[in-house]
Amino acid sequence: MNGKNIAPGDVLIRAVGVKKHYGKIKALDGVDTEIRKGDVAVIIGPSGSGKSTFLRCLNLLEEPTDGHIYFEGVDITDPRVDINVHRQKMGMVFQQFNLFPHMKVLQNLTLAPIKRLKKPQAEAEETAMSLLARVGLADRAHAYPSQLSGGQKQRIAIVRALCMNPDVMLFDEPTSALDPEMVGEVLGVMKSLAQGGMTMVVVTHEMGFAREVGTRVMFMDEGRIVEENAPGELFGNPQSERLKSFLAKVL
Amino acid sequence: MADWWQDLIDKFTIAFVDHNRWKFITQGLANTLIITFFAVIMGIVIGFIVSVIRVTHDKTGKLKVGNAICQVYLAVIRGTPVMVQIMIIYFVIFAAASTSYKIPLAILAFGINSGAYVAEIFRGGINAIDAGQFEAGRSLGCNYVQTMWYIIAPQAFKNAIPPLANEFIVLLKETSVAGYIGVEELTRGAFSIGGSTYDYTLPLLAVALIYLAMVVGLSRLVALLERRLRRSER
Repeated sequence: MNGKNIAPGDVLIRAVGVKKHYGKIKALDGVDTEIRKGDVAVIIGPSGSGKSTFLRCLNLLEEPTDGHIYFEGVDITDPRVDINVHRQKMGMVFQQFNLFPHMKVLQNLTLAPIKRLKKPQAEAEETAMSLLARVGLADRAHAYPSQLSGGQKQRIAIVRALCMNPDVMLFDEPTSALDPEMVGEVLGVMKSLAQGGMTMVVVTHEMGFAREVGTRVMFMDEGRIVEENAPGELFGNPQSERLKSFLAKVL
Repeated sequence: MADWWQDLIDKFTIAFVDHNRWKFITQGLANTLIITFFAVIMGIVIGFIVSVIRVTHDKTGKLKVGNAICQVYLAVIRGTPVMVQIMIIYFVIFAAASTSYKIPLAILAFGINSGAYVAEIFRGGINAIDAGQFEAGRSLGCNYVQTMWYIIAPQAFKNAIPPLANEFIVLLKETSVAGYIGVEELTRGAFSIGGSTYDYTLPLLAVALIYLAMVVGLSRLVALLERRLRRSER
């Protein structure tokens, strides 16, 4: 695989003409973009604009109707590709956390490293514990998900993805299901991840996060990327009418 | 001593003590338990396989032929009485088999029958799991089988316990139908006693009590298991 020696600034994910149709509805109508190593790409847009669909196409949770996704140089939309190998390097965080309720936190974190990366259990647990400590939840290792608050669940979900040592993290509205007072703790973890150099693609309604942490912001509407720019430019000097009216509503 | 009491003791003696007639009951109980036990295991195995084929087909569109076979199986088994099924197996399909295979054939009939109901119970249990669980597993790189086995199946099984217990309670009682192919099971035991003493009252009452005790015991056990499995939902 030619994904081994990717330097900061190199292209990590390339989307080419990605379309997703549900019958006659065009959720994605031809999306082209690149995610470079070290990017914190924030995708904003009105609901129904296709931003979550696009994010889910990046690791093929949604299969594009047309177009290609290249991850670390490999066309993962090619049906001959073993998608599981590539998904291991693309962590994903969901709006609804999706922790496994029948497992304790530590098992949630070590399942994939043990089953997919064939790590010895002790090593997987060690990694999990040190990452848990980093988000301040080491004392919750033996709790069940139902015993955690929403903010704790989402921080654990982030750690679960990190335990696979991914090359990129995909966030699908990670704070939308949280009580307002818990949004900060999750954004804090994401911010420190970004500062640590993690490549991130974030679908969010948190404009403050987009502005402060994002290196690039993409505005999507009606299944396309309408405008894409550095956050300062995009928020300070929007070009298209659609972006202007969107920002007028959310800011 | 009151007359009615003496009378009861006499009847009891005739029904169960004389000629060691109690053996009809114990032997019948043993056979009922054997048939139920192995039919349950067979039902779970068949039900698991059928439900996995059906769910995989519905989720991925693969296994079209397997799914079609399962559909026919489910329609036939659930569309005909178990009494007819067991008689077809014993008197038609295995008509040439020796009469010493009555119990294995009864197990086969009840196992195949129960499998259809268990399959639908498992399928319901799997479909009740939030799609996000499946996506979370796949997003971590787990393949379809790993996601099903480690993430979906344990949760689906927990959902399935109450209806599954119900199915096995029904099965336990339904094995009384095996008497029709001459298996000496519990209900037939009562009949055999009544047939020789010309009094069915006590043997039938005894058998009813035994079924009741087993069902109540089984329900208690299931409640206990459910509580243990629910620990993670505190």
